[in-house]
Formats: sequence, structure tokens, C-alpha cells
Amino acid sequence: MDTNQIHSRLEKKFGSAIIALEEVKADPYIEVSADKIFDICKYLHEDSELLFDSLVCLSGVHYLPTHKRANGVVVEKPLFEIVYHFFSYSHKHKLTMKAVVSLDDPKIQSVEKIWKGAQWLERETYDMFGIKFIGNSDLRRILCPDDWEGWPLKKDYVTQEMYKHMRVPM
Amino acid sequence: MSALKTEELIINMGPQHPSTHGVLRLEVTTDGEVISFVRTHIGYLHRCFEKHAENVDYMGVMPFVDRMDYVASMYNDFIYAMAVEKLMEIQVPERAQYIRVIMGELQRIASHLLAVGTYGLDVGTFTPFMWCFRDREKILDIFEMVCGARLLYNYMYIGGVSKDLTIGMIEKIKEFCDYLGPKIDELDTVLTYNQIFIDRTANVGVIPLDTAVQYALTGPNLRGSGKKWDLRKDETYSIYDRFEFDVPVGTGVQGSVGDCWDRYWVRVQEMRESLKIIKQAVNSIPEGIFRADLPRVLKPPVGEVYVRGEAPRGELGFYIISDGSPKPFRVKGRSPCFSAVSVLSEIIPGNPMADAVAILGSIDIVLGEVDR
Repeated sequence: MDTNQIHSRLEKKFGSAIIALEEVKADPYIEVSADKIFDICKYLHEDSELLFDSLVCLSGVHYLPTHKRANGVVVEKPLFEIVYHFFSYSHKHKLTMKAVVSLDDPKIQSVEKIWKGAQWLERETYDMFGIKFIGNSDLRRILCPDDWEGWPLKKDYVTQEMYKHMRVPM
Repeated sequence: MSALKTEELIINMGPQHPSTHGVLRLEVTTDGEVISFVRTHIGYLHRCFEKHAENVDYMGVMPFVDRMDYVASMYNDFIYAMAVEKLMEIQVPERAQYIRVIMGELQRIASHLLAVGTYGLDVGTFTPFMWCFRDREKILDIFEMVCGARLLYNYMYIGGVSKDLTIGMIEKIKEFCDYLGPKIDELDTVLTYNQIFIDRTANVGVIPLDTAVQYALTGPNLRGSGKKWDLRKDETYSIYDRFEFDVPVGTGVQGSVGDCWDRYWVRVQEMRESLKIIKQAVNSIPEGIFRADLPRVLKPPVGEVYVRGEAPRGELGFYIISDGSPKPFRVKGRSPCFSAVSVLSEIIPGNPMADAVAILGSIDIVLGEVDR
């Protein structure tokens, strides 16, 4: 199945929770509502026509006002995008799916119960952006030290000056 | 057994320990000799290349990509270059494609030689380690002659490669192929089918196929668990469809499918397959330009791309978002080793302490890529 067919299948099942199909250059993606992410992922994993058995990659993206998103829309309010790349070994098709969360209270449901490998991928995204994954069994920082301040991959990140009485090299 | 449960002991393995293949720390809880719980700590080599990448132009990301998997730099560059080329719809010249495949496969052999050699060291044999390093050295010599560097090459450019092959290079590579074939057979006699080695690795650290898929393991680790899946064949890219080669998978010949021996064996077989590809490529490499004509400043259109390829350690992917400016808006590296490390806390518990090292060595991780 290509992204178009997957989109219509998802739309039939979830209706308005599937926000848009963006046919951007190189790789098209489907944008979905962040509240429904767990149900949608469960469906993607279990439906016999889809069977996405592998969560390949999970990334976060931070946009500030005036930044341009991949579909060409200029952002007005700062936002986080959470990007899921799925692949199905059974049907040999792939999918890019995005969910948007606001910066005020960045949280989204964890998909660890569906793909065990998601635990670390979510921890990494939490570590870099501060997005909380509700339901992740061990949501701690993973690459930065536990007492590190700030979220390094945010666009407005400022490195802390001192860490444990040591100057942080810039 | 629970009636015999005694006080547990927490042992710290690493970060500075040769058998962790870099700076990895395992917090191991043992009940007597048997491990009951493992907590993995990573991040000691974290340089946040993704942040750096947002502040340089597309070509400037290449040296950072080099330093991800620092024993397989060529292949990292290869896949990153492919990602940008797909985003910008650049046609890579034929000759450059061939050079890339030859260098990529040489790199795969070098990387597997290191993996296999150090794995022997992990389980207690020293000689194969010296042999593997002797042979790997010859590949590094070839790389040095091609691009001047032995470890971090920065050789693949977007749209091709930085330099053409020097005169006599093809003969040199052919000579190396003839040299290495018998050496792998020698390795088989001393290590692969050595009964002590088999006893040490067969039936140890079994990763069932569904666990491997759940944790998104790829490359030799997935194939060791019995899945015939190789991106070079199943999602072919560059010019891999022109070459004949097999995809070895673990069959549980010595123990059960997905044990340490299977993963080790897959790597040894893959070296032979890579040799096949190189031999075909050097015999059919065309003359021509080695780099496409590109503007000085690369400005991809607004959009995004996720490109993956079969690096020596598994599926390496780059997710690039472009906002139309000369600098990438976001670059994410999908690291095969990161997923491989995450499976450790699932497969190590239940094994004796001594096997932890054997299991850790068998999944062949490079911490530069785990931490990025």
C-alpha cells in the first residue's frame, strides 16, 4: 500500500483524528491528532492489511514562529512535531506519520506497549526536546546526564554555563 | 529456586572496560553467578551531531556523519549523501556509483573484520584478533591511497566522490580480493568451527525473531535471528541490483536460531558476499566523471526525506527536513546500534556473568553511533 491508500484506510476508521495527507517533496506524510496516537498506532500494528511490525525511527522537531514546516506552512505558534517512521516486513510498505503537540504542556501517549523498541526512542526524544511520553515505563534522560538543564535540540536552547562547577565549553 | 534466592549484588561494568567496545556502562544485578537484571547507561560519547548539523551547510554535515560509526565512516557518508541527493534529485555519475559501492563494501569487510576479531578476543582467543587486524590494515591502506585518511574519510561528496581512483588502484583492490578469500577460510578453521568457540557461543544470548523485530534490530543481528532481509537486495539502492550476491541468515546450525554463533557466522559470510560484489564491480567499472556538477551552495527545496541503507551494523537512516535554506532544518540519524543496545536488558538476564561479555560482543555495537 502507498501512503494514499493507507490514508484513506485510516480516515475511514478514525475520521477527524486523521488531519491531513501532505504530499511534500520526496516523502509524503500523514498528520494525525496527538490525542489518538496510541489507538492509531495499535491499529497500524494489528490490522491485517497494514501490519506495521517495526517502528524504525522516532524523531522530534521544534518549530519557532516564522519557521517553515515541510509542507510549506509558516508556523505562527511554537510547536513540536513528533515523527514516526514505520515499516512492515510482511507487506513491505512504509509510512511517515506526524503528530503535533503544543509547547505549553508537551505530552503524548507512549507506544512502548506496541513496539518495545519505542522505549528508548521515546527516551531520546524526551531527552532532546522535553516531550513527555505518557505510559513510558522508564522515562529518564538517556544521552545527557540526569541533572542536565534544558533541552538541547530546541531551536532556542542556550547551553548552561556551569555544570558541576565546570565551565561548559561552547 | 526462589527458596534459594540470596542477597543480590550490583556490579558495574564499564564505562572504561575493553569488552564493552567503547564507553558503555552496564549496571548488572547478579544473584550468585546468574544475572537477574541489567540497566544500560549510554551517553558518554554524546556530541549531539544533530545540533551541529543545524548550524552548518549540507556538505558541512559530512565530517560529523563520519564520526558517528567511526569504524564504518565510508558507509555513513554514502547514506547521508544518498539522502541529500534524493531530496535534491541529483543524478550521481556512473563511475561515482561504482566507486561508492566498492568503497562501501570494502568498509563492510573492514568493519566485520574488526567485529569478528574483537569478538574472538571477548570470548578468550587472541590469534584471530591479530589476523583480522592485519587484514583490516590492508583495507585501511587502500583507503589511505584513495583519499588520504585511514579512519574518518570525508570521501563521499554530495553528487559523487571527492577524488577519482588513482592509477593502479583497481589492480590493488583486485589483488586484495585474491588475498582475503583464503584468509577468511583460515579464520573459519581457527575460530568459526573451533569447538571451544562453538561451545562458548552456541545457544548463548538467543534473540527470537519477534523480539528482534519488536526492538527494531537490523543488519546481521536481525539476519542472525533468521530473517532474510537486506536493504541492498530488498529495497535496492545505488547500483546494488546489478550485482549477484547472497544474503546469509542464521539457521541455528550449532545451537538455536538467533544465538551468538549465528550472528557471528552471518558476519563472516557477509565478508565473502562483499568480496563477490567488489570483484564484480572492479571488473565492470566504467570511465567517466566522478562527481556531478553542482552549485557551490546547495539549496534543497522545502520538504523532507528519510533514506536508509544497509550499513555494516544494520539499517542506518537519515531523516532530513529542509526549509529551503542552505542549512538543514533538522537532521536525525537513525542508528542501528542504538536499537541493538536497547535489547540488552531483555536478553542478558538469566545468563551467567561470563556470558554477558559474549552477548555484548555478538551484537557488535559502536558507541560513537549509539550516542551520536
